[in-house]
Amino acid sequence: MLRSKSYMKKTRKGNVVRVVTEHYLRDDIVCSVEKCPNCDWATLQEAQGDSKFTVPHPVLSSTPRQTESFPVPTLVVPDTNVLYHQIDILEHPALTNVVILQTCLSELKNLSMPTYHRLRNIISDPDRHFYVFSNENHRETFIERLKEETPNDRNDRAIRRAVQWYNQHLSQTNRYPRQIKAMMLSDDADNRRKATADGIPNASVMDYLQDYVEYPELIDMVSQASVGNDKGDQRVCYDEHLTKLQVQSGLKSGKYVQGTLGISTHNFLEGSILGSVDGETRAIVIIGRSHMNRAVHGDVIAVELLPRSEWQRTPTAILIEEDEDEVEDDTPVEGTAGKTKQTSKGTPAKKAEEAAEVGEAKPTGKVVGIVRRNWRPYCGHLESRSVRSHTQAAGSQSVMFAAMDKRIPKIKVRTRQAHQLLGQRIVVNIDSWPRDSKYPLGHFVRALGSAGDRATETEVLLMEHDVPYQEFSKQVLSDLPVEGESWVVQDHHLEGRVDYRGLDVCSIDPPGCTDIDDALHCVKLPNGNYQVGVHIADVTHFVKPDMHMDKEAAVRCTTVYLVDRRIDMLPALLGTNLCSLHCNVERLAFSCVWELDPEANIVQVSFSKSVIRSRNSFTYDEAQARIDDQTLNDPVTLGVRSLNQLAKKLRQRRMDQGALTLSSPEVRFNLENDSQDPVDVEMKELKDTNALVEEFMLLANISVAKRIYESYPDTSMLRRHPTPPPSNFEWLSQSLRENGFELNSDSSKTLSDSLDKAVKANDPYFNKLVRIMATRSMMQAVYFCSGTLPPEDYHHYGLATPIYTHFTSPIRRYADVLVHRLLEASINPQAPYIPMILDKSRMKDQSDTLNYRNRMAQQAARSSVELYTHLFFRNKEVYEPGYVTRVLQNGFSVLVPKYGIEGFVYAAEKKVAASTEILVYDPSTNTLNNPETGITITTFAPVHVRITVEQEGLNGLKEGEGAGSKRDANATVKNKEPAVKNDEPTLREKMQMRLVTPFIPGLSVQPQGAVDSKSDDTATTTPPTATTTTTTTTPTTTAAPTPAANGESKATSSKKRKTKKPKN
Amino acid sequence: MSRQELLSPEGLRIDGRRANELRRTVCKQSVLTQADGSAYYEQGNTKVLAAIYGPREPRLRSNTLNDRAFVNVEFKVAPFSTNERRKRSKGDRRILEIASAVRQTFESVIVATVYPRSQIDVFLHLLQDDGGNVQACINATTLALIDAGIPMTEYICACSAGYIDETPVLDLNHTEESSFETPDLTIAVMPRSGKVTLLQMESRLEITRLEDTMLLATEGCKQIQRIMDSVVRENTRDLVEKYGQ
Repeated sequence: MLRSKSYMKKTRKGNVVRVVTEHYLRDDIVCSVEKCPNCDWATLQEAQGDSKFTVPHPVLSSTPRQTESFPVPTLVVPDTNVLYHQIDILEHPALTNVVILQTCLSELKNLSMPTYHRLRNIISDPDRHFYVFSNENHRETFIERLKEETPNDRNDRAIRRAVQWYNQHLSQTNRYPRQIKAMMLSDDADNRRKATADGIPNASVMDYLQDYVEYPELIDMVSQASVGNDKGDQRVCYDEHLTKLQVQSGLKSGKYVQGTLGISTHNFLEGSILGSVDGETRAIVIIGRSHMNRAVHGDVIAVELLPRSEWQRTPTAILIEEDEDEVEDDTPVEGTAGKTKQTSKGTPAKKAEEAAEVGEAKPTGKVVGIVRRNWRPYCGHLESRSVRSHTQAAGSQSVMFAAMDKRIPKIKVRTRQAHQLLGQRIVVNIDSWPRDSKYPLGHFVRALGSAGDRATETEVLLMEHDVPYQEFSKQVLSDLPVEGESWVVQDHHLEGRVDYRGLDVCSIDPPGCTDIDDALHCVKLPNGNYQVGVHIADVTHFVKPDMHMDKEAAVRCTTVYLVDRRIDMLPALLGTNLCSLHCNVERLAFSCVWELDPEANIVQVSFSKSVIRSRNSFTYDEAQARIDDQTLNDPVTLGVRSLNQLAKKLRQRRMDQGALTLSSPEVRFNLENDSQDPVDVEMKELKDTNALVEEFMLLANISVAKRIYESYPDTSMLRRHPTPPPSNFEWLSQSLRENGFELNSDSSKTLSDSLDKAVKANDPYFNKLVRIMATRSMMQAVYFCSGTLPPEDYHHYGLATPIYTHFTSPIRRYADVLVHRLLEASINPQAPYIPMILDKSRMKDQSDTLNYRNRMAQQAARSSVELYTHLFFRNKEVYEPGYVTRVLQNGFSVLVPKYGIEGFVYAAEKKVAASTEILVYDPSTNTLNNPETGITITTFAPVHVRITVEQEGLNGLKEGEGAGSKRDANATVKNKEPAVKNDEPTLREKMQMRLVTPFIPGLSVQPQGAVDSKSDDTATTTPPTATTTTTTTTPTTTAAPTPAANGESKATSSKKRKTKKPKN
Repeated sequence: MSRQELLSPEGLRIDGRRANELRRTVCKQSVLTQADGSAYYEQGNTKVLAAIYGPREPRLRSNTLNDRAFVNVEFKVAPFSTNERRKRSKGDRRILEIASAVRQTFESVIVATVYPRSQIDVFLHLLQDDGGNVQACINATTLALIDAGIPMTEYICACSAGYIDETPVLDLNHTEESSFETPDLTIAVMPRSGKVTLLQMESRLEITRLEDTMLLATEGCKQIQRIMDSVVRENTRDLVEKYGQ
């Protein structure tokens, strides 16, 4: 084995130093082609002189694919840019027998870590036959950089050298029935030219894929990043971005401001970043295409401030609804920001001018450079208008793609299957955004299925919420215990564990629960006190750090519950079997055992790993029945009964300290077994026993939080719930005052008391409604690493406890897994050392991921309920009582308690001239009045509404035409109807809510069928009036507001964002 | 996750070695003419010069031991040994620690009772630092002591090992050593008897993994011993030839 040395220079941050490292070149790196006689496996093993050294199995097949233009079996060697841009193609299972060069791999790693990880995933799949050839450490393929050669050129040469070596190496044998060739895949014309000169087979991606006739979609998946670039500047649209160097120096000198671009949810041509302006952190607004200069939502950009005279004066109080899609996609790119603002139709601009004197001007800026792109795959659909007629069906054409996320600009995609893809949900990646293209260029990744289909839409919402929903990889599954289902507690497991198998432990869960995290027991002690134990599934026994399973769980962070599906954080074997504390089997647990006095004060607490054997798995109802049935006196029942009494005392104490009882209109769908179609909706009900379990879980979480914080004050994973600012309660307080109640939000205690008092004798739902509204005024509870915040901020507002964490659901939350590890390390000095629990920065990073995933999981769950609500109301017409939850200038939102849905009923003002307004907004009382009948709409007013779901046809073309003609007819009328949205909603279903009572002429609809159809007629024949409304559901208000990630709820959600900060 | 990949999934380390491979080791005896014994030892880019003076009269009366020789080890790091020039003071704790580690290691093999009331000086100079200083110093000292003809019961060979991504790795270089989570274990053994004269470790290592790591390091020591032995034999042969003329 030859070892020679070479020197490499590196520079480190700050001062430039020369680092010399060794670089060993080897002759034992194999080509890894099956049965290659030149790479003699046996002699290699001998040369290694180590019996433990196992020669890796050959990865590449001896019969790789041959195509028409490459009629010999060909190994593909992509260059770095192909890896970087065409990763979607590489992920396609059609591509096999690919050699990845070390040179490219390390270059890719510097370019993009996510792409690198994706590539690594492909490589680790043995069915794909991807081999990493360490050419840089191979004696014959390593090359020194020549004088005057750039590193890039050198790397290109290294790639060519490696391909050449492969060809020479494989030509030395005739063992194969057909000569195998290696071919360089590159889109760099210069590189290809040099390769051809040296006689190295090469091809561009496009050319190579032409031969994959059985996979026509591959061609569509070719990224346009490197394809369209060499076009001349015929029509320059955008200013050139500054170079990296210019941007960096500009940022350093303070000339430019750096920030992450957030596009407004109601106007995709308006975005903002947070940055420092004159020393204070303010939002800098960027308006219009040319100022946005090809930045996409989420990109990290460098912004130059515009002169003060061009700063924006916008109204702060008025909620601009109609901004939404007003700037049509055909609008040419404007020269300046000011113009763009004016083109976004009349009203808001006017309003802006009116408000100019009032508000302080917001700084505006323009994008001068992109620091980092943050593009991801986008779900959406093709715009039917952009697809050319059937005659050219076979050829490839450019079509426009509209993403579900409205903040993303339309994307130009080349495809040959445009007609097949119409009406489907597809995934598209952005490749590049050249200066001369108005829209970014992208490529098709895959089709998800037809729009409106339940499975497709579920997948869309998972993707849009960035939920990792793939099946667990083989690597992850290999971390499971080898015994599988038959795993049982054995004697060696008892070591270091307390044996609680003799205790009468039981679990109480909702019906149908398969992942039982927690179990309880309670025993009366001789001294009159109670021994209460909370036993939590010992997930960390199975999930050790450094396991693939742990890494996967750390990425997933949480189990996501959708209406019809559960996306597990851990493989089902653990979640629903080995960890789950089923009854009558021995299971490992992490126990928290208290001694409580009869008044439920903690006398002492101990934590231990344990073994338990649950006696019963109750549902809430069963447990309640046990408590109520006085004839039963077995130990389990007695235990549950004492737990119930203690829980009540604990609860009372918590309430006295100011814990809040909040509420949310959560619903459950009853699904039909076969089709999974929703057949009924019911509200989730809370029983006494729910509270019982909850109380002890809270107690356990608090006790554990104290303990881990004591042991690891700098690196504990805790959960906090910040006190909401008083301004959040302003309008709720005002609305309550109108109803004769006072809301005191000074502290959680006073708030809780005021909520208790807000009861209307004749309306039992009123109190719940108030609580729902209060919930929306809350902040979001978040995970954090204790060392990153001062201890005063640890407070949990909703639970009124100074410190809190999550310990009780390790099967479905990763935070709990970390807390288990922390707790184990704190009680057991012998515990294996885990570096992460002492690493503050890693803990902080993990807490950020946890918060992100949690938020996304909640939103995904919400969207899923929304989807099912649509399915439920499809072809239905439902009349239901509801309550006005919020009155706005242009309408009011109505909450229907029975279905937990909320919709927006528009007033007339946007549609018709002011003189004919049906409802007049009165800002002083925050009400809408109908001058004709004297009816007033106030917050909390009970109303009746009609709920329907409009099938906004899947026939996009037709809808688009209809919309177009409508717009022509009412060219001057500001129209909130689909017409304005172009074909955007054509693939959507919308729920519509119309007012029934109180009856307001011109606004309300008649409740009966016959009359109803008539009113429908009038609605369609007359110019659109205010009566039709777009609505959205907000089924679980505990969830965070969807920042229009799901485009369709944008209209209302953008408004709610200002009012609703739900708590979790 | 931008942490450097110290061991690629292909099984190669950043410098192209496999997990169980030593760096290139080159050594030479009798490099200085003034000293009684000397050696130059190079392991990868770590380069050490060792010089032995003595046995001779102790410099200080207080160092005189009536039954055996006093072993004095001085270790110096050249300011140019790292890529950023840095002068180290004599009292640098890490330097003193290495010196005392070397002294303790050799006190057990030098047959010091042959030279009562005398002093043996070991001067070590680190010329270039690329990780594994302790092992390089010990190995250089062994060669220099042999060159000086000071009786020893056996060779002492030292080698380091660490643990990266569930794999024990041999002979850490500077990049690997300075990574936050890599435990760095140095072991000095007498290869023939298998006795361990020094075992030190930095950072943390799970107890169950210690044995594997130690075994690998011991294996490394044996490899080093073979290299050193051939150098010693060749040097001796040269000497014999010279004297024979």
